[in-house]
Amino acid sequence: MSPEVSRREFLCTVAGCAAAAAVGGCSDITHTDFFRKRFRELEPDELKDIIADLEARQTAKYGKQTTISTKGPLPGVEYGYALDVSRCVGCRRCEYACFDENNQGHDPEIHWIRVLEMEQKLGINFEESDPYYEAEEVPEPGHFYLPVACQHCRNAPCVKSCPVGATWEEEDGIVVVDYDWCIGCRCCVAACPYGARHFNWAEPKLPAEAQNPNQHYLGNRPRPKGVVEKCTFCIHRVREGQYPACMEACPVGARTFGNLLDPNGELRYILENKKVFVLKSELNTKPRFYYYYG
Amino acid sequence: MKPLRTLLLAALCALPLACREHVESKSYFGSAFPERHPTSYPEMSANAVLRQAPPFEGEDIFPCSECHDPDFMEVDPTHRELEDPHDTLDPLRHGAGRLWCLDCHDAEDRDMLHLASGRTIPFEEAPLLCGQCHGEKYRDWLGGAHGKRTGHWQQGQGKEVWVCANCHRAHAPQFKPIQPKPAPKRPEVTR
Ligand code: HEC
Ligand code: HEC
Ligand code: HEC
Ligand code: HEC
Repeated sequence: MSPEVSRREFLCTVAGCAAAAAVGGCSDITHTDFFRKRFRELEPDELKDIIADLEARQTAKYGKQTTISTKGPLPGVEYGYALDVSRCVGCRRCEYACFDENNQGHDPEIHWIRVLEMEQKLGINFEESDPYYEAEEVPEPGHFYLPVACQHCRNAPCVKSCPVGATWEEEDGIVVVDYDWCIGCRCCVAACPYGARHFNWAEPKLPAEAQNPNQHYLGNRPRPKGVVEKCTFCIHRVREGQYPACMEACPVGARTFGNLLDPNGELRYILENKKVFVLKSELNTKPRFYYYYG
Repeated sequence: MKPLRTLLLAALCALPLACREHVESKSYFGSAFPERHPTSYPEMSANAVLRQAPPFEGEDIFPCSECHDPDFMEVDPTHRELEDPHDTLDPLRHGAGRLWCLDCHDAEDRDMLHLASGRTIPFEEAPLLCGQCHGEKYRDWLGGAHGKRTGHWQQGQGKEVWVCANCHRAHAPQFKPIQPKPAPKRPEVTR
């Protein structure tokens, strides 16, 4: 077994997983990548070396001083999100703020947030919804909008479906992916009832000027070809106390992020006083992402 | 609408937090609503900073008392079409014809707004005034279900709370339609 064979290709051959092999395999994978342990088993000094290596490679590639955080969950914090459906106008500011913040691939384009346009007379109906609507002005008469990204489920089907444990729920409720452990089998993509997980079919193209150098290991660092990615509540921002980029960008204030365990927090007010619902509650996924009518 | 309502009900029951006892939630606004000093809004969260309202549009419009000096200008309470410098305010698109200037602006001290009780407040405290007619929205704003917060999510760590005027213009408060960002590209490969 030569170090030129990527771990992903190797695993795919062993597992007989032909489909993933067809798209898997990553050009700039090095010896250290190949023998890397899973994130959660790394010793602190091993992790330090890996981070230094990754930072140096990106700093060279994009010409910006890059920092990759490995900051863990804050004690006493469980993140949640609430979205006021009656105020959302479907302007897609959140979708693009997310795109820019999280180093998402430009070609092919990957969008972690999709804003679904729905007809008022049909109510919430995913089959009839459209993320590709074109309009001069929004909201369009007779329509409402439902932005959907990862719901950070307490009972997450994606986590259960992963055969190698490359995706899990952190103590603070954020569902993360270890991009260096993911084998690209896409079981999680199929398991997610919200269409929130996205697969890198091609080597993602990220123009140097678009690279965001403020990163987290489990979040927005550029992903290789052949792995799955999704919203992390902006893990690199929220663990530093900031709001997620989508919330900052919303012009109508429809988005509220916070700590579910804070009894005086905004989320508790919403849960206690508003008509709150979760998407596809019949599937018992128990999302941490709530929707309400203000 | 029926399946939606069923969904709502089902979702409500599935919520572990929504089913907690309802006693605490009252303490968000206390009882003296909203006649109390508003710059602190203690029920909102101790150290939240209020975002500044955008500056007045009219050039040299403030202080209003430059022109509205009781010694030089009479108060005219009649409901009428206004001329310069207030011709841009016509028609007043707030309240569908039911409101008039002096419901909000104080007749004697034109640099101030006034509440139903007659107490005058400066323009910076306008959310209190809005709250007198829009009590539910005001409570939701205090609690965090209306309006917008930016900065930091932790209480007292530099959270900024947007005021009504950051989104609603007092004389034409309806949110204007806006141009959306382009649609994402359709994927060539289906998932
Ligand atoms: C619903 C309450 C309300 C009513 C009714 C109202 N105003 Fe105002 N007005 C305000 C508030 C609040 C502000 C401060 C706005 C801000 O902070 O941006 C304001 C600001 C103004 C300003 C300065 C605005 C600028 O940007 O230059 C003028 C002038 C004014 N009002 C005149 C009037 C006149 C004349 C009328 C009647 C035609 C009127 N207002 C009716 C609440 C009201
Ligand atoms: C440049 C002088 C000027 C300034 C500054 C000015 N006003 Fe006026 N205002 C007028 C004039 C003149 C009228 C009478 C217009 C008419 O009758 O058509 C008027 C009328 C009004 C009226 C109608 C009631 C009445 O007494 O006639 C309101 C309310 C009012 N102004 C509010 C304001 C407020 C609030 C400000 C400050 C934000 C302000 N004005 C600043 C000149 C001014
Ligand atoms: C004196 C009572 C009064 C005050 C004070 C008042 N409003 Fe209103 N507002 C109304 C009425 C009446 C309506 C019309 C409601 C309707 O049409 O059913 C209204 C409507 C609105 C609407 C809905 C607009 C639309 O067309 O959809 C908004 C937003 C609003 N007000 C915001 C504000 C804000 C912000 C303030 C504080 C600057 C404020 N209001 C102060 C009485 C008031
Ligand atoms: C972040 C922006 C934002 C802030 C801050 C904000 N609102 Fe709104 N508000 C909206 C939007 C968006 C809507 C829905 C669109 C509309 O009806 O115009 C709305 C709707 C409303 C309505 C109309 C509700 C209805 O039934 O049609 C009222 C009344 C209102 N807001 C009052 C307030 C008051 C009072 C404050 C301050 C205490 C405030 N808003 C602060 C964005 C905001």
